[in-house]
Amino acid sequence: MRITINRSRCIAAGQCVLKAPHVFDQDEQDGIVILLSEKPAAEFEASARLAARVCPSEAITVNDE
Amino acid sequence: MSQAVAELAYPMSRTKPFNPPDNYADLRQHQPFARVRLWDGTYPYLLTKFDDIRAVLSNPKFSCEPNREGFPHVFEGRMVADKADRSFLRLDNPEHDRLRRMVTKEFTVRRIEQLTPRTEESVDRLITQYSQLPQGADFVEHFSAPLPTEIITFLLGIPYEDHHFFHEATRIQFGSKSTPAEVRKSLDDLFHYLDALITRKEREPQDDIVSRLVAEQLVPGHVDRLTLINIVRLLLSAGHQTTQNMTALGVLTLLQHPDQLALIKSDAELIPGAVEELLRFSSVLHVGARRVALEDIDVNGELVKAGEGVICSIPAANRDPHLFPNPDKFDVQRDAARHVAFGFGIHQCLGQVLARAELRVVYGALFKRLPNLRLAVPFEKLRFRHDMFVYGVHELPLAW
Repeated sequence: MRITINRSRCIAAGQCVLKAPHVFDQDEQDGIVILLSEKPAAEFEASARLAARVCPSEAITVNDE
Repeated sequence: MSQAVAELAYPMSRTKPFNPPDNYADLRQHQPFARVRLWDGTYPYLLTKFDDIRAVLSNPKFSCEPNREGFPHVFEGRMVADKADRSFLRLDNPEHDRLRRMVTKEFTVRRIEQLTPRTEESVDRLITQYSQLPQGADFVEHFSAPLPTEIITFLLGIPYEDHHFFHEATRIQFGSKSTPAEVRKSLDDLFHYLDALITRKEREPQDDIVSRLVAEQLVPGHVDRLTLINIVRLLLSAGHQTTQNMTALGVLTLLQHPDQLALIKSDAELIPGAVEELLRFSSVLHVGARRVALEDIDVNGELVKAGEGVICSIPAANRDPHLFPNPDKFDVQRDAARHVAFGFGIHQCLGQVLARAELRVVYGALFKRLPNLRLAVPFEKLRFRHDMFVYGVHELPLAW
């Protein structure tokens, strides 16, 4: 799994951090998403996928390799 | 417009307080793009399928600006307030993102986690005070209204003592029966109040959101004064009204489903999931989200023409059996994560992390502190907020 984010789309709703805190964080200055792990460990793949599905601005893309 | 269509007036009434109107399920199956008649004689679409609603709310070609021709206005008084609204809630991009990003840092997961001890202190103190009142005391007046009001006024730097004033403003501005004149007067009063607040923060800045907005955005000229007043008004009204109603309706939902309440009492780890299920099941934003098409748009095979209004029913989306099997069953162990109780798209609730945190603390503490909490009047006596923009109960008399 490979994750990409689009920071210009992000609206800082925080859902990704709540769902997958090992994969996503928020910038302290503006709350915009920070990707902690482009290729998350297997144990975090399901939560990363859920984060992408619930992201309201569709700023997270999951590519299966 | 045919007679058959004209019969579908919106908003529709509920027959069961916990459920959306009965015909939503039928509409979802047979007329997912139904035409409904509003008070002003317009006929927007009412959408009831989760996938259609998500598609509309995430499409920038659907505008949320109330002054555009075709935007659906559900109450006459609310129309006045919506048309006067200059906050990012009622702006499309790029201006939406520019203004929203002025406050997003205040509501991040980390910032809200830092606030948790303050929330726990409020919850604990309010439970103690409530339990010292006579049995049958109103939980709304003495707990679910004060709690989010304490938190949002603390964050914004607004005196809590003024809560009677802005609670009354919210009641007028979001009530279905308020006249345009009443709403205009209330908006004027609230704008003057917030203008004076901003003046105080200019002179004596403190460690609060309004002071930071003044110093970082108003003074350097990134935002004009009227827009700033609107942003603060949005944070204040959204910060108390929705959580207040969700808190009380959630407590009532749990009391009416004792098997589910027993589950969260016995296992605190179920509470975060239970909060999501309560948000899905209750969907307190029960007359929206509303949009207008900026051009002809294909929504999952259905053509919505430029200038057509669309009402995306949040309660309907959250009861779509395609996403949530057996949707009318309240089940704290179900996977409710994809609900759209906070909306979807760029306008999804800014304060959702805070709302979740408040609800988790409340449901975690309340039934532990007051294990015999129960309804003090027959269920049939309760007055539900059918007449308000945000659903809930007007009063909730409990015993413990």
